[in-house]
Amino acid sequence: MPREVMEGSQAVARVVASCDVKVIAAYPITPQTHIVQELAKMHADGVIDCEYINVEAEFSAISAILGATAAGARSFTATCSQGLALMHEVVFASAGMRIPLVMVIANRALSAPINIWNDHQDSMAERDSGWIQLYCENVQEVVDSVVQAYKIAEHKDVLLPVMVGMDGFYLTHVYEPVEIPPKEKVVKFLGKFNYPYRLDPKKPVTMGPLGFPADYARLRKQLAEAVWNSKKVVRKVHDDYAKRFGRSYGDGLLEVYGDGGKAIVAMGSMCGTIKHMIDKDELEDVSLIRVRTFRPFPKDEIKDVLRDKDTVIVMEKNISLGNAGAVYLEVRDALYDEKRKPKIVNFIVGLGGVDVNRPTVKYVVEKAEKVKSGYVEIVDGNEISASY
Amino acid sequence: MGIGLKQFAPGHRTCAGCGSAIVFRHVLEALGDDVIICQATGCMEVTTTPYPETSFKVPWIHVVFENAASVASGVKRSLKAQGNNHTRVVAMGGDGGMIDIGFGAVSGALERGEDIIIMVYDTEAYSNTGLQRSGGTPFGASTTTSPAGKKIPGKQEWKKNIAMIAVMHGAKYVATANPAFWADLQAKIKKAYKLEGGPRLIHIYSPCPVGWHVEPSKTIKVAKLAVETGLWMLYEVEEGKLKINYKPKEFKPVEDYFKLQGRFKHLLGRKDIMEKIESHVREWWETMEKVEKEGINLLKMI
Amino acid sequence: MSKTKQRKDLPGGIITDIGSTARNKTGSWRTFKPVVNLEKCTGCGICEKFCPEGCITIQKVEGYDKPKCTINYDYCKGCLICMEECPFKVISSVVEEK
Repeated sequence: MPREVMEGSQAVARVVASCDVKVIAAYPITPQTHIVQELAKMHADGVIDCEYINVEAEFSAISAILGATAAGARSFTATCSQGLALMHEVVFASAGMRIPLVMVIANRALSAPINIWNDHQDSMAERDSGWIQLYCENVQEVVDSVVQAYKIAEHKDVLLPVMVGMDGFYLTHVYEPVEIPPKEKVVKFLGKFNYPYRLDPKKPVTMGPLGFPADYARLRKQLAEAVWNSKKVVRKVHDDYAKRFGRSYGDGLLEVYGDGGKAIVAMGSMCGTIKHMIDKDELEDVSLIRVRTFRPFPKDEIKDVLRDKDTVIVMEKNISLGNAGAVYLEVRDALYDEKRKPKIVNFIVGLGGVDVNRPTVKYVVEKAEKVKSGYVEIVDGNEISASY
Repeated sequence: MGIGLKQFAPGHRTCAGCGSAIVFRHVLEALGDDVIICQATGCMEVTTTPYPETSFKVPWIHVVFENAASVASGVKRSLKAQGNNHTRVVAMGGDGGMIDIGFGAVSGALERGEDIIIMVYDTEAYSNTGLQRSGGTPFGASTTTSPAGKKIPGKQEWKKNIAMIAVMHGAKYVATANPAFWADLQAKIKKAYKLEGGPRLIHIYSPCPVGWHVEPSKTIKVAKLAVETGLWMLYEVEEGKLKINYKPKEFKPVEDYFKLQGRFKHLLGRKDIMEKIESHVREWWETMEKVEKEGINLLKMI
Repeated sequence: MSKTKQRKDLPGGIITDIGSTARNKTGSWRTFKPVVNLEKCTGCGICEKFCPEGCITIQKVEGYDKPKCTINYDYCKGCLICMEECPFKVISSVVEEK
């Protein structure tokens, strides 16, 4: 199939059209805006046959696609940062209600100070919501992940919402050659949207009732188990997609790159830089473990790939304020029961769009040598210019 | 079968004498079976759906407090995309859910011209959480967050007029209703059901006996007095044209209405406040009657 | 009212057993009980329109030709709106005996 050079946001819009989405809700926010603008244009030109709702706030964007999906139509919206934070209440409710939504998050920093550039603090703040979270390295992966997201979300054993993370600007505004899987093929892969309990006057149901303590706890347990169990579906859908479309991303949960004894654990577009440095032998004895699926967290899988490493360096674009990076905390937790524990350190990088470039990676790897296990550092960028 | 029971089962946990329950029975009967209800958090949500039970026999969804109109927008567009143009979609919520916290969603749906019915059942306070002041609370009413104190005699602001706000959005049909005038209420719901292609908003007075400190048996009596004192006007605005549906020959004294309700108890004997309210009501009626008489098309104001 | 009891939790707590609050007999809440004087009841139906529970029907009652106010005490919470609103004052209240 042909590859075309296009902007990341345009690629998302094109693949959404391939997924036969029937309802789109749109609200602008940088750097997500190009996605819904592109969809608006396709809608206006009659390229996609769907309902396009220009809502008055992100809160209504997610509410509208929740309603649309509950009534039986595949839906889409995209957001980021403050928009996602505004959606927060419905992010939790939609998972609790088991509505299979799909949202693209153009990852961006949260206020304050207000900042429009990339990091992962927005979606990481939603990590406890029950949404499945995929973080992508490049535009092609975003395209493929959107298709997979619908397949995963709508799977009868899953019925959970999925967010696909793409780094704001780095991926939303970059021009890359990408292949957009054609609609016929995608529709065949996804099958007809068939939400089993939809709002239908012919078969009335009540959705979103009041749960007293015992019922609430049991239904939350049901939700927790659904999120844990979704891991095998995430993997299977990834594998099936790879067979049909010829592209894969590790095992769908993790991607292991190189076999150096010092493992960098990272997510998103900065993994491209790290891979490049490994390829060019710029880093000695370094491997990369890219976390693609952060929720459900691939705890066993990460333990398997990290247990024999000497050093684990978690580089991430978020911080759980008052402690350390969220990915670091979970990786550390995964290794707790191992007899032989590698040294593990945490570097918070790229906050608010600070460039995670080759000097940054070099700085992190070298610094990791010098510090003790448990070391946490926020790299604000000034260290780099001073030492490199 | 009794009124509304085909759509709405008994056994719900509303308080004895609940005005909103009366409203719901009439609304649901008038709507019939081919509807989807999208409801905001509130009394009529928690009392009717204690898992695993539900009072509703029509499709019903609740998500959170402030998004009923947005969920309804999504449901309606979804049906449209699937080729279903007959099922009516209703966003239902109280004054808290629709006039205050969910106001943005209501305004957005009105502005977009969504083909939905928006129903506000107005208990004039946050009844579900213990009667806190809302934008729907009338002037002078004592609530738990606008209590009648030694210095401040209850709420000091006038009620937010959601119906006229809807008119100013260019809504297709806007009406006010009251359960004491149940036939008028049902007729308005049926009219809203029939009119398609744009938003229809019905603002319904819903007495809350427990919150208002009213005898449960007096729910309808109070509702009737709200209309007869002129405090609650029954009107409709269709394509911009105002029609007042009921004009009391002579307004009953506001005091008659206040003395049945604990929330206004502190105003009894306060002639100054009573006169302020009565003159406010009089001026409102004069203005509205003038608009009606002169046939002013309110949509030409926007 | 409700036919089948929903046995297992569906995803997200979706309820398919519609109208199932009917299992909950709110008549047990009652302190005062409305009692209809059937001799005088005209069957006008005002009480039916204003009952919050929907537990009043105007129906055929044995021994009378015209339909009369019939209260389903399984659900009547005893608010006495019917008594207050009856235009012919044929409903009275008694203290509920339990």
